[in-house]
Amino acid sequence: MEALTWTGSLSLLNTVVLWLSAAFALVVLAQIVLSFFAPEPTLRANPDGSVAARGGAYGASERATRWLFLALVALALVYLAAGAILPEGSGGIIGAVSRRLLPVWISLVVLFAVSMRFKRRLGLYGKLFDSTIGMIGFAIVMFWVFTAIYADLIVTRDVLTQVSQMKNKLPGTPLPDGSGWYLLGGDHLGRDVFSRMIAGSQIVIIIAPFATVFAFMVGITLGLPAGYYGGKLDTGLSFLANLILAFPVILFFYLLVTPEIVETGMPQYLAVVLFLFPIVFLMVLVNSRFYVTPGLRNQLIAAIAIVGGYFYLSFVGEAGTRVAILPPSLDLIHMPANMLIVFVSVVFVNSPTVFRIVRGIVLDIKTRDYVAAGQTRGERPWYIMIWEILPNARGPLIVDFCLRIGYTTILLGTLGFFGLGLSPESPDWGSTINAGRKLMTVAQHPAIVPAFALMSLVLGLNLLADGLREESLKD
Amino acid sequence: MLKFLVRRLATMVLTALCLTLIVFYLTNLPPNLEKLAKSEAGSRISDAEVASWLEKNGHASPLLVRYGEWLGVVPGWTHEDGGVTTGRCIERGQDPATARRYCGVLQGDWGFSSVFKDNVSSIIATRLGLTGLLMFWVMAVMVPVSLLIGVLAGMREGSKLDRSLSTFSIATTATPEYVSGVILIAAFATSMGWKVFKGTATSAMDEITFENFFLPVMTIALYGIGYIARMTRASMTEVMTAQYIRTARLKGVSFRNVVIRHALRNALIAPFTVIMLQFPWLLNGVVITETLFNYKGFGWTLVSAAGNNDIQLLLGCSVVAVFVVLVTQLISDIGYVFLNPRIRIS
Repeated sequence: MEALTWTGSLSLLNTVVLWLSAAFALVVLAQIVLSFFAPEPTLRANPDGSVAARGGAYGASERATRWLFLALVALALVYLAAGAILPEGSGGIIGAVSRRLLPVWISLVVLFAVSMRFKRRLGLYGKLFDSTIGMIGFAIVMFWVFTAIYADLIVTRDVLTQVSQMKNKLPGTPLPDGSGWYLLGGDHLGRDVFSRMIAGSQIVIIIAPFATVFAFMVGITLGLPAGYYGGKLDTGLSFLANLILAFPVILFFYLLVTPEIVETGMPQYLAVVLFLFPIVFLMVLVNSRFYVTPGLRNQLIAAIAIVGGYFYLSFVGEAGTRVAILPPSLDLIHMPANMLIVFVSVVFVNSPTVFRIVRGIVLDIKTRDYVAAGQTRGERPWYIMIWEILPNARGPLIVDFCLRIGYTTILLGTLGFFGLGLSPESPDWGSTINAGRKLMTVAQHPAIVPAFALMSLVLGLNLLADGLREESLKD
Repeated sequence: MLKFLVRRLATMVLTALCLTLIVFYLTNLPPNLEKLAKSEAGSRISDAEVASWLEKNGHASPLLVRYGEWLGVVPGWTHEDGGVTTGRCIERGQDPATARRYCGVLQGDWGFSSVFKDNVSSIIATRLGLTGLLMFWVMAVMVPVSLLIGVLAGMREGSKLDRSLSTFSIATTATPEYVSGVILIAAFATSMGWKVFKGTATSAMDEITFENFFLPVMTIALYGIGYIARMTRASMTEVMTAQYIRTARLKGVSFRNVVIRHALRNALIAPFTVIMLQFPWLLNGVVITETLFNYKGFGWTLVSAAGNNDIQLLLGCSVVAVFVVLVTQLISDIGYVFLNPRIRIS
């Protein structure tokens, strides 16, 4: 079998793309330079009834940018679509990768079509589709989410299988037994870089949002009373939060995420405390809402206690470790010790910041009239905090949630980069970057591929947060 | 003002004490001490021998006492064994009677590194010097570039320049150091890209050249640039919509003069705090970048101390790190009060 080139039989298009990109860069530059001299935009009504927005060189550059950008996007789509349709191998590496990602493309198209169709009925989520930046960010994020979901369909090889002839081979090299290609090359042990990158997305997409949700639960449960009551409680909690924030993150990871600490059971004790917060939060949430109907409230609280309690004990405890509460036959969720410690330390690092944000918002909102009205009606403090203040703080919190998932992704990568926590065999992006960077002079792709994957996900989350911020400010 | 300063300093000292106690606790956990004993006295010693080694070297006393000894507020331990007295403050060959009673961080005695076989204070001093150089160049690149980007972007909100620069800032904040470092090395220091710089900064420890220092400096600076630029942009757009800017425009002041004379000074107050608070972040970046480029400065020392269970050195590094973070927080608070006349502290 022959080695694949990047674009295969579509390489005719390459020169077109090259010229278009050059022209696009030139036009954008021209537009920026011209914008310093451009007159203010004036809407001019022509005698024939038409309206011209902006003419001259600046207007021309503006139009040129738009059309060139659209042309480039269309060409990129041609590459991807043709690659998915053409028989395997003739679309080059890009085509073959696009073919593997077919389920992701279909899901993305369906999701966007449905969301665009019903965007007026979908609240803030629907408004996201009014902002270009937000849509781009959302598309990138959903791309990785779908990739993680379909990872088992997409991978071409087992992530741990080593083929010794494929060590540090370039992208598109065929396997010696002719059963296919290493689409994005082989790493220093002869494993498939493409499959490892895809499998790595699963780890990030599972841990990062969950850890962020937990951090938010902790931050909200502590930040609401700190901001609302103030006084000694606030002073104490703020001191604790500042204490954790003053701790350099890397030092913290190095101290907490070591085999010695796992031995002492410390991460599990931390998990015992941190994982309690979601249950407490849900209970307070239900209690404050249904306080007036004790029957319903008691049923709901009992349900939360049983279901939440089971998950709690099952997550935290593990047979044979220091915290083993459930008998092994009942303990169905097995969290490996090194995964748990990564999770716990990421939650621990993130929660003080969330606490500070929530506290700040509560300090602002509690001076509003509707809070005073609630107090006058005799509503209880927790009802006001959770059902009056929290919903009004949702805008900044949702935006921060997106940003924080990105930050958590960076933290997970940092842990992997220093070889802390996850096993060195693990395909997560941080560990693969760490393994690849040591041989940068020999082969670059094993480090570059996961690096770009991580960057694109974080960029997508940041763009999404930007779009959401813009749209929620319009409310 | 004085009362504010005193309160701020008291909180700072309390925070520093708490943090060093936590670090001390985490580095002196029983498994770490056991590992230390095995690496110092031989890896095949029995549990009883480990216990006696710990006893002999003053690691057996309660945690708070050991912390006090390390800090220098509790007299150092002494141990008598067959007429020979050893102790924390007694150097080899010294007469126990002439030794000091207290020897801790407060007395300037930072301990002895078990891996580098040198005094912790002298190791940290050399390493900090190297990192200081790196930080200086990072600041020299990062601050002007990010302020310029922020001001240009915030000057006309929504313009093409604003969009392009904002996209650039978002992209750099989305790129952590280990990603941008790897991409920069691949692009500028390997055969894959354009081979103009060096992919390692080891030679920069002796002599800094543009060739060996550009990539590490850019790696750290890039991540900060986006963040500071976004803050500057936000503050600039806020100032540009203020009443006095409109008044100046209506008076007939040219746009250029409005930006330079009226807007800039007020717009730069917020970024000052952000830049100062970036120091803890830079510390992160320094650790990653020094590891990536093999530049043996403070960050590299921290990583190797943590990786090799070098307890004294790790404690020393943590003290420095915590100190840097707290002092920058203090400076940013005080500086903000001085720069912003609207804030009064009585």
